[in-house]
Amino acid sequence: MVLDSHKLIAASGEPGDRVQFTEFIQKNVSLYQFRNGIPLTTAAAANFTRGELATALRKSPYMVNILLAGYDKETGPSLYYIDYIATLHKVDKAAFGYGSYFSLSMMDRHFHSGMSVEEAVDLVDKCILEIRSRLVVAPPNFVIKIVDKDGAREYAWRESVKDTPVSSA
Amino acid sequence: MARYDRAITVFSPDGHLFQVEYALEAVRKGNAAVGVRGTDIVVLGVEKKSAVKLQDSRMVRKIVSLDNHIALACAGLKADARVLVNRARIECQSHRLTVEDPVTVEYITRYIAGLQQKYTQSGGVRPFGLSTLIVGFDPYTGVPSLYQTDPSGTFSAWKANATGRNSNSIREFLEKNYKETSGQETVKLAIRALLEVVESGGKNIEVAVMTREHGLRQLEEAEIDAIVSEIEAEKAAAEAAKKAPPKET
Repeated sequence: MVLDSHKLIAASGEPGDRVQFTEFIQKNVSLYQFRNGIPLTTAAAANFTRGELATALRKSPYMVNILLAGYDKETGPSLYYIDYIATLHKVDKAAFGYGSYFSLSMMDRHFHSGMSVEEAVDLVDKCILEIRSRLVVAPPNFVIKIVDKDGAREYAWRESVKDTPVSSA
Repeated sequence: MARYDRAITVFSPDGHLFQVEYALEAVRKGNAAVGVRGTDIVVLGVEKKSAVKLQDSRMVRKIVSLDNHIALACAGLKADARVLVNRARIECQSHRLTVEDPVTVEYITRYIAGLQQKYTQSGGVRPFGLSTLIVGFDPYTGVPSLYQTDPSGTFSAWKANATGRNSNSIREFLEKNYKETSGQETVKLAIRALLEVVESGGKNIEVAVMTREHGLRQLEEAEIDAIVSEIEAEKAAAEAAKKAPPKET
């Protein structure tokens, strides 16, 4: 989901926790911006998210894995890996879930630093291909979102099962 | 500890809440603030205390945004304002989180007024010493609104209003000169109203406009100066027209 104008959050895990936690983070990031007049940096948002997960960990943990992507004017794009036990790591590439076994291998093979948008989307497509062919319970549809200096936005869909429009009676 | 539980705001024999009335006095000592509602725009203007030379003026923002579509200006105790604005901002986000909808102007005004009222009926606390002018657009219908709250916790909607120092004179001016306006005309009306009680000049006024599309925008000093000169030119032209009797038949 779009966290703010220049941040994206991708989350997987327990559905209830996933929705509640990410929406909670989103509203707190908004609140910070209204209180202080400037948006949080990606690093700050990632650390805040990790802090919330850590606090809840030994009471009532959120079973949510998060990838937080953002663009800061001063430091450029960054990606953070935050797992459900509040591990925080700044990375260049990451994946969660059963599909990660295949995605990470594809990334190991094809990733290099300084990739262009087209190359990166191409790598994502390669991962999607692997997931579709190797996973027994592969999800049919994927959405690709991008964040760069112009903001966070939806880029493309990769659908293998389209929504059928409901015919009116 | 029991001694501190006694309410500070208690009724007087003739039915007044003196603490609330004293709070209103504090408001009357505060800087003038004016709000005008147009058909597609809302304008807030606040008197700025003249050039405190060493102060970093960027820090002193008297018109604040509570959410993307709601802004607030106030007159009175600025420290109390900080607390109230903070609670309002939290409520705006909390509302978005629980009902997945942005607040309406009326909702957040009701919330702030409710908060102000709570402090007139609790033990050991004093009322907030400020009146607020809250402006914004309804998130779905796009209708602009202007509301005012005061230390007693009452609120109501207005087409144009003023609070703070000399607010009565400003309100009189607005009553005489208000008409449905839009865009730049509304801004001019607000600045004209403020100029009734404030020394003219961009550095003595802070003005912010809010439109549906662009949200809150603070006007630059240069912009305000330009509008002030326009207003003064119009005033001079009106004076000249009055003095010279109309010769046209």
